[in-house]
Amino acid sequence: MTRWLVSGPPFLFLLVFFLVPSLIMVAASFRYPGEFGALAPILGAAPGEDAGLTAENYQVFFSDSIYAQIFLKSFGVAALTTLVCLVLAYPVALLIARSPKRHRDLMVLLCVLPFASNFLVRVYAWMIILGPFDLLFSRFAVIVGMVYVHLPFMILPLYTNLEKHDPTLLDAAQDLGANAWDRFWRVTFPLSLPGIFSGSALVFIPVLGMFAIPEILGGKDDWLVGNLIKESFLGTRDWPFGSMLSIMLTVAVLAIAGLATWLAQKGMSRA
Amino acid sequence: MALLEIRNVTRRFGDFVAVDDVSFAVNAGEFFTLLGPSGCGKTTLLRMIAGFDLPDDGAIVLDGVDLKDTPPEKRPIHTVFQSYALFPHMTVAQNIAFPLKMAGRSESEIRAKVQESLEQVKLAEKAGQFPHELSGGQKQRVALARGLVNRPRLLLLDEPLGALDAKLREQMQFELIRLQREVGVTFVFVTHAQSEALALSHRIAVMNKGRIEQMDEPARIYGNPRNRFVADFIGNVNMHEATVKSVEDGRVKLALGGLGEVTAPAREGARAGQSGVFVIRPEQVSIRAVADAVADPNQFDGTVNDFLYIGDVTTYLVDLQDGTRLEALLANSAPGRARFFEVGDRVRLSWKAEAGAFLDS
Repeated sequence: MTRWLVSGPPFLFLLVFFLVPSLIMVAASFRYPGEFGALAPILGAAPGEDAGLTAENYQVFFSDSIYAQIFLKSFGVAALTTLVCLVLAYPVALLIARSPKRHRDLMVLLCVLPFASNFLVRVYAWMIILGPFDLLFSRFAVIVGMVYVHLPFMILPLYTNLEKHDPTLLDAAQDLGANAWDRFWRVTFPLSLPGIFSGSALVFIPVLGMFAIPEILGGKDDWLVGNLIKESFLGTRDWPFGSMLSIMLTVAVLAIAGLATWLAQKGMSRA
Repeated sequence: MALLEIRNVTRRFGDFVAVDDVSFAVNAGEFFTLLGPSGCGKTTLLRMIAGFDLPDDGAIVLDGVDLKDTPPEKRPIHTVFQSYALFPHMTVAQNIAFPLKMAGRSESEIRAKVQESLEQVKLAEKAGQFPHELSGGQKQRVALARGLVNRPRLLLLDEPLGALDAKLREQMQFELIRLQREVGVTFVFVTHAQSEALALSHRIAVMNKGRIEQMDEPARIYGNPRNRFVADFIGNVNMHEATVKSVEDGRVKLALGGLGEVTAPAREGARAGQSGVFVIRPEQVSIRAVADAVADPNQFDGTVNDFLYIGDVTTYLVDLQDGTRLEALLANSAPGRARFFEVGDRVRLSWKAEAGAFLDS
């Protein structure tokens, strides 16, 4: 009984707000679009209207390589954004974690301060910055925007991890003959891997679904999967097709996460 | 030549003088202990020897070379930290291999030395485990193995037994002595536990307020404390205000409060009229029934106020006529022969003329 009281509410929450919507999405992806968008009824369709279930959306996805290309491009952009965020965030997180305790909160606050202004305003600001250099509407501009918006999501988990490191370990490493590089590479870095993983997930996944930044900074030619999904729902109003794309994206992310976990475990057991 | 020389080392933090003009030398192969209460400067001194801190004045010299320009990673000195500081993401074997790797030893040499070292601390079967899977005593042994595996000139130990329970601590003390004898590395050990210092060391430097109060072999530190601080800090002691009445034949006659006259060994420079304290260890005070005759020059009758039965010994608190309270220790080694006294019993305390000491500082 007590066990149910403890595990029940989160379980119920996940059921109502995660599992059920996901299943609705899966179901939608196997249906036809309605006459005026949204979904066609399963039963009792008007004459000449498609009804019932169909795998057509998936067939379209797999018959045209453009979708795979957009997926690959999106994963590439997400991976590059994550990497750039990691490289930029690590020194910042390390600096904050090694600063005197009384300065740390202020520094963290400064990192998240940009969130106080509207997301679109911040992205449009980059138009003004990049415009004069003729860098606008390029892949570069998209990456810059993505990195700028998602950087705090990398800094915070890294900082939270680095702050917990026992400074005695670095003393011990130095005492046992490790120079500055070895101390970082053999102690700080491996101990920060959990922070790197959670920060990367917090950047990679939202970037994958992002459509506003590519639309504003990338121009019409550089669509990512997020734009495709948004266009399906809001542009062509083909909900089943948009649902199918979302499901495919989820499957791809889960596959990558599964692969990463498997590789990590394999690496762990070898070490 | 001494292996390590501390020459007039001073370290200040603002107005606070943590280490105040300290000098001593440690010989190769020695087990040397810095003993003192917390805040006495022993850890600051240790950090300066390791290289994590630098003296404001004076020099730290190893093998005749001043270490002031040598960073910690370049000093042939390793430290066993109080918290062990084992790398949590490395196995026991990887932890021990770390200093060898840093020294650029070959893969095969590392493997052989790690194996040898694991066997030395009896942890061969734990090689693949991570620190969090080990008990406190095992972690301690890994830390020792890691500190010794690359044979440093000097191993610094910062209160390494502090986190262990009493039984384990005693085991580890024997282990430490054995290990030090086996590998022949010079140990500089820091502790606030006087029993550890007495049990382990070849020589002890007793520190207080940044200065060395006394430096000597354990038995001499315990038996001939140079001043009040050392007498009080090391072991239990009876300490009472006293004045020198006369000095003759290597003995002093002391006026001890309202108690009367006490004879004690005279130290160099003792002269009549000096005031100071008379100290005597509880185990030097004999306790008997009043009826028993004794030949000791110092004898006083009193009443048992309380006692602590510890098993191997019993400590009696005895109130003498004038209210002076003395502790006397009675070994319970011979059942039937050792007398037990009850609270309220009249007893006779006595000690020999060569027991105890008069300290004027």
